[in-house]
Amino acid sequence: MKEDNDISQQLAEAVKAAAQKRTPLTITGSGSKRFYAGDIEGEKLDVTGHRGIVSYEPTELVVTARAGTPLAELEAALADKGQMLAFEPPWFGEGATLGGTIACGFSGPRRPYAGAARDFVLGTRIINGKGEILRFGGEVMKNVAGYDVSRLMVGALGSLGVLLEVSLKVLPKPAREVTLCFEMPADKAIQTMNTWGAQPLPLSAACHAGETLYVRLSGTELGVQAARAKLGGKPMDKGNDFWREIREHRHSFFQNDVPLWRLSVPPAALPIDLPGKWLIDWGGAQRWLKSDASATDIRMQAEKAGGHATLFRHAKQNGATFHPLPAQLATLHQNLKRAFDPDGIMNRVVAV
Amino acid sequence: MSTVLRQQSPEQNARRARAAAQLREFMPRAAVLTDKEDLHPYECDGLSAYRRLPWIVALPDTVEQVGRILRLCHEHDIPVVARGAGTGLSGGALPLEDGVLLSLSKFNRILEIDTANRTATVEPGVRNLAITDAAAPYGLYYAPDPSSQLACSIGGNVAENAGGVHCLKYGLTVHNVLGLKFMTMDGELITLGGKALDIPGYDLLALMTGSEGMLGVIVEITVKLLPKPERAQVVLAVFDEIEKAGDAVAAIIAGGFVPAGLEMMDNLAIRATEEYVKAGYPIGAVAILLCELDGTNEEVSEGIAQIRTLLLKQGAAEVRTAKDEAERLRMWAGRKAAFPAIGRLSPDYYCMDGTIPRKHLAKVLARIGELSKEYGLGVANVFHAGDGNLHPLILYDASKPGELEKTEDLGGKILEFCVAVGGTITGEHGVGVEKINQMCIQFTREELAQFHALKAAFDPKGLLNPGKAVPTLSRCAEFGRMHVHGGKLVYPDLERF
Repeated sequence: MKEDNDISQQLAEAVKAAAQKRTPLTITGSGSKRFYAGDIEGEKLDVTGHRGIVSYEPTELVVTARAGTPLAELEAALADKGQMLAFEPPWFGEGATLGGTIACGFSGPRRPYAGAARDFVLGTRIINGKGEILRFGGEVMKNVAGYDVSRLMVGALGSLGVLLEVSLKVLPKPAREVTLCFEMPADKAIQTMNTWGAQPLPLSAACHAGETLYVRLSGTELGVQAARAKLGGKPMDKGNDFWREIREHRHSFFQNDVPLWRLSVPPAALPIDLPGKWLIDWGGAQRWLKSDASATDIRMQAEKAGGHATLFRHAKQNGATFHPLPAQLATLHQNLKRAFDPDGIMNRVVAV
Repeated sequence: MSTVLRQQSPEQNARRARAAAQLREFMPRAAVLTDKEDLHPYECDGLSAYRRLPWIVALPDTVEQVGRILRLCHEHDIPVVARGAGTGLSGGALPLEDGVLLSLSKFNRILEIDTANRTATVEPGVRNLAITDAAAPYGLYYAPDPSSQLACSIGGNVAENAGGVHCLKYGLTVHNVLGLKFMTMDGELITLGGKALDIPGYDLLALMTGSEGMLGVIVEITVKLLPKPERAQVVLAVFDEIEKAGDAVAAIIAGGFVPAGLEMMDNLAIRATEEYVKAGYPIGAVAILLCELDGTNEEVSEGIAQIRTLLLKQGAAEVRTAKDEAERLRMWAGRKAAFPAIGRLSPDYYCMDGTIPRKHLAKVLARIGELSKEYGLGVANVFHAGDGNLHPLILYDASKPGELEKTEDLGGKILEFCVAVGGTITGEHGVGVEKINQMCIQFTREELAQFHALKAAFDPKGLLNPGKAVPTLSRCAEFGRMHVHGGKLVYPDLERF
């Protein structure tokens, strides 16, 4: 294991120098999510050397770590105290870092019931495009001083600044978890997930794959037992492995080179009329589509359903990843980008 | 601080008359207020120590009218302050003497309760509690519950990122908003999200939430609804030392519980409250802790039994469990009435809103005690122990010369101490005009400059709510010589946190 190390100053100097020369940068962690936005042109700014947990207070439910800290290390430290990152982040690679996770803003199966990556971010320390080290938010749950720049960084893919540190709210691991299986087609699964979602049940994941609805319950021993009795279904032996496979895209559904689309739609949206194979996660709100259909068709259908579509993996060409924004909203994005990065040297990725 | 009634020059009066006439070209006469007696109700928000008579009040009732107002103001460089129900506690909706106060009170319709997707789509002037009322027949509710929820509007909740007593488990407003429609200062309508769980591009939903009306005017909001928990149960624990109460909170969290509510009150707050509402609080206690669990019947029963044992082990002198729903509500009634109760102890009080890492609670309370002695002013403390949000209430008498200034001084010192232990100057009330100087302490010049650049990305002319939320760098340079007046609440009968 590499040693903890604070190289903030060094990174800030590098950004400052790049800004002076107007050299574009590509912020680099372990590279585990490089598949997502395609190659970014620019001089490499490696943040993996900026690592280590800065503070962790289990009784405050807050952890602060440097961006280069491997998720593996962070999650192990939390598990040691019976706690977890409740947004269940996908790693997409053994070396996955905290910085890359937050910059991508990905969340796992627990997301519809516990919250997304951005919901757990309490504060960040960043380097903006001028090479200034700035701190926003903090290590407390409630903080409304100043604009919420920390959450703006989540999912911004390093286009607004370099993440140096992230403070996250953490939660206790549930005492008991059980996964139940129900044979049913997709349309009935969508309906069922949403019916249960409107009831006071300790749900923590719900996904439809193949012809089966998988539902995870999390909570106290008695609470889970009672909910299980209410729902019925067949308990799964290795529930944790199943959800990890879904989260990491190692489930057989994901195993081919057909373009993988992510449709983010209202959870109760009816099955969407597009050719291809579907895996429905997040209680209906995140739908994975393996399809060769045109980007135009897919995006149109996603919009019709009240959401948007992202070309997540296996893009046949570059530049088609993100759902295009309406003109006025795109202008706001460009203005924001300039406000943080006047010389345009940070990751050139967001589709604006 | 009395109402500012600055004499307007003839040019200013002409400018005002012209603007009003232009507004009346597309709005009814009664929806554009210019007479002094009509303007008075809008001179302050919930922080009534700051008052200023608005220049013009506009009361649009369509999104199209909002757009026309903004385009007109944009063209003529007239600043605009948006206002919801006017219950804010930091002066965020304080009007301007040369700008339009844009009241969204007519936007009070609930547009849709979508039970399948568990969302409510509402106009910004809808009251917080009205959403829960509309969702209740379906077993659903809107989680954030600022204690002014009877009166405060959801638009204001979004603008301030309002909290409440259930934040540790259910989050703040930002965690419960799925979609927004807002207008930029140049009158463009922007739609963010809807009923899906995330949006493409930057997370402008998060950025808009808590932006204090500085970036856009919100005209429609879609919020998440949650299933109403099957059961809620509360225990009240009595402590004879603050440290023990603080340690008990830490032990509850370390024990793997995420209480729906976790509240602490100190002795002065307990005594005031008991005298006022007779909630059955032990008046001799140094501190009490209210801990509520919610969930399924089974979860709650199991949890409450464990929490009782844990609290006794942590040295609670007594632990009471509410026998029935009536007793549960009575236990909460005390806590919810704490502000008006404390208000009875003294002619005036000033409510602070710092957040601290919980582990420093004993230290912070001790420091507040010292400062209280030093300044000769009483301070009662109510504390959202679950999320570290501390509300010290400074008791003073504004009619005594110099006492308000002393109070502000003491308040500033408390907030500065919150920042010093790693906390923040405002947990849920917002910066507004009230805490603008303390922003200079919490943020560096570069950070403030970044805030200004961000603001300019939305509003390059700086016409939306100018002078609030983020201090200018020159103001920070002057901080110390500056003097602002402290807060006194209007609506003293409203529950506050």
